[in-house]
Amino acid sequence: MRGSGVLAIALRQLYLMRGSPARVLPLFAWVAIDIVLWGFITRYLNSVSHAQLDFVSALLGAVLLWDFFSRVMQGVSTTFLEDVWSRNFLNLFATPLRVSEYVAGLVVSSIATSLVGLAVMLVLASAVFGLSFFSYGLVLIPFLLVLFLFGIALGITASAVVLRLGPASEWFVWPVPALISPFAGVFYPVATLPPWMQAIAYLLPPSYVFEGMRAILAGRPFSSASLLIGAALALLYILLAYAFFASVHRRAVRTGLIARYSAETVS
Amino acid sequence: MESDRAGAALAVDRLCKTYGATVAVDDVSFRVAPSEIVGLLGPNGAGKTTTINMILGVLEPTSGAVRIEGIDVARRRSQALARTNFAAVHAPLPGNLTVQQNLRFFGLLYRVKQLSQRIEDLLAEFDLVRFRDVKCGVLSSGEQTRVGLAKAMLNRPHLLLLDEPTASLDPAVARDTRAVIQGIARAGTAVLWTSHNMVEVTEVCDRVLFLSHGRILLEGDPKKLPAEYGKQTLEELFITVAREPLALELA
Repeated sequence: MRGSGVLAIALRQLYLMRGSPARVLPLFAWVAIDIVLWGFITRYLNSVSHAQLDFVSALLGAVLLWDFFSRVMQGVSTTFLEDVWSRNFLNLFATPLRVSEYVAGLVVSSIATSLVGLAVMLVLASAVFGLSFFSYGLVLIPFLLVLFLFGIALGITASAVVLRLGPASEWFVWPVPALISPFAGVFYPVATLPPWMQAIAYLLPPSYVFEGMRAILAGRPFSSASLLIGAALALLYILLAYAFFASVHRRAVRTGLIARYSAETVS
Repeated sequence: MESDRAGAALAVDRLCKTYGATVAVDDVSFRVAPSEIVGLLGPNGAGKTTTINMILGVLEPTSGAVRIEGIDVARRRSQALARTNFAAVHAPLPGNLTVQQNLRFFGLLYRVKQLSQRIEDLLAEFDLVRFRDVKCGVLSSGEQTRVGLAKAMLNRPHLLLLDEPTASLDPAVARDTRAVIQGIARAGTAVLWTSHNMVEVTEVCDRVLFLSHGRILLEGDPKKLPAEYGKQTLEELFITVAREPLALELA
C-alpha cells in the first residue's frame, strides 16, 4: 500500500469540507443536538428519580459513545458517496490506486471527521451537563477503539452495498446505526432482551462496550476479557467488510459497472 | 513476438468482451508504438469505449490481454496504469473541486513527483492559470476539456488514451489542443485517439483502426486508406463502414 493514494482520498475530503459549510455543519450539528437533548432529559430524570443511578453518566455517556460510533460509520460512507455523487469512479479507478488504498483513504477521512464530532460532544457533555469521563477511567480508550473499529466495518460494508446496488441504495447507509441500536444494549442491559435478541447482541461489538460501561458505573467488576471479545469481533468484521468490498469491486470491474456507474445504469 | 510486446507502448492481443450473448469486442489485436498516434474509429456501439475501458483496467476482458510497455494490465494493474493516463469527454473531473484541487488529487493518485511544480507547468501550458481556484463544475465544456487534458498529462504518460478530446472545443482551441497532443507524441508518448471528426483524424493520426460490431475491419494510413477502398475521403469510408460493414469485409 502506498501513502499517496490514501493521502489523496483524505485530502480530497478536506478540500470538499473546506469549501462547503453544508458538509462541515453535520460533523457537529447533529451530535450537539443529541447531547443537548439527552443532557436535559438526563438532568430531568436525575431530579425526579430516587434511584441510585446517575443518569448523566449512564444515558448521556451512552448517547455520546453511540453518536461517536455512528459518526465513524457515516464518515466512511460519506467519503465513498462523494465519488458516487460526482460520478468519479472511472477517473478514480483508472489510476494506479489500489482498492486497499482507497478503503484506507475512506478510513483516514473518517478518523478526521469523527474526531471533530467527538471533541464537540466531549466539550458540550462535560461543560454543560457535568459528564465526567474520569468516571470511566482509562478504559474509555478501548471503548472508543472498539466502537471505532466496528463503525469502520459497517461503513465499508454500507459502501460496498451502494457500489453493488447503485446510488439509489444510499438510503441503506443512514438508518444502519438505528437498526443495530436495539440489539446493542446502548441504554439497557443485554439481559433485558429476549434470548434471540441477546444472541444477536453478543455478535455485536458495541454490546460489550455498553455492558462494560454500565458495570463500571455500577461499581461492579469489569470484564476486560469480554471487551477483548468485542475488539476481536470488530477486527473480524473489518476483515470481512474489506473482503466484501473487494469482491463487489471485482464484480463491478468484470461487469463494467465501474466505468458507467450511475443511477441509470445500476438496477 | 515477445520483443514486439516489449517494444510497443500498447499491445492488445485477441481482446474479447461479451455480455451474455452480446459480443461487444471480438478478437481485437493491435499495437501502438511510442510516438505513434493511432485513431480508433467506428460508429456508436462499435466497441471503442469498451476497448478503452479494458485498456484502462476498469473493465475485465472476457479473454485476451492488454500490455502497457510489456506490463500485463490484468496482473500488474497498478504498475501498468502508472504509465498511462486518459481524458474522456464522458468522464469529467469532479465538479465540486477547483482546477488546482483536482490536479493535486489526481497527481497524488498518479504518484507524481514534484507535484506543485508540475501543476504550475500544466496550468500555464493549458491556459488555466486564471481558473486555478474555480470549481470545475462551473467551467465551460471547453475549459473542462482543457482541465481534463491537463490531468491526463500529470504523470507524463507513456500511453495516452483520448476519447473525443476535442469534441466540445471551438475550432481555434481544438487546433491548439491537437498541436499540444502532437507535440506530446513527438516527445515519445503513444496516443490512442477516438474521434468522430474525420478531418481531424486525417490530420493528426499516423494510423487508424476501424471498428464495427466489436471487430477491426480496416487498418491503415488515414491519408491513403480512402483511396484503397475507392473513396474520396475518410469520412466517406467511415460512413461505408458504419452502414455496410459486411460488404466492406467481403471486399
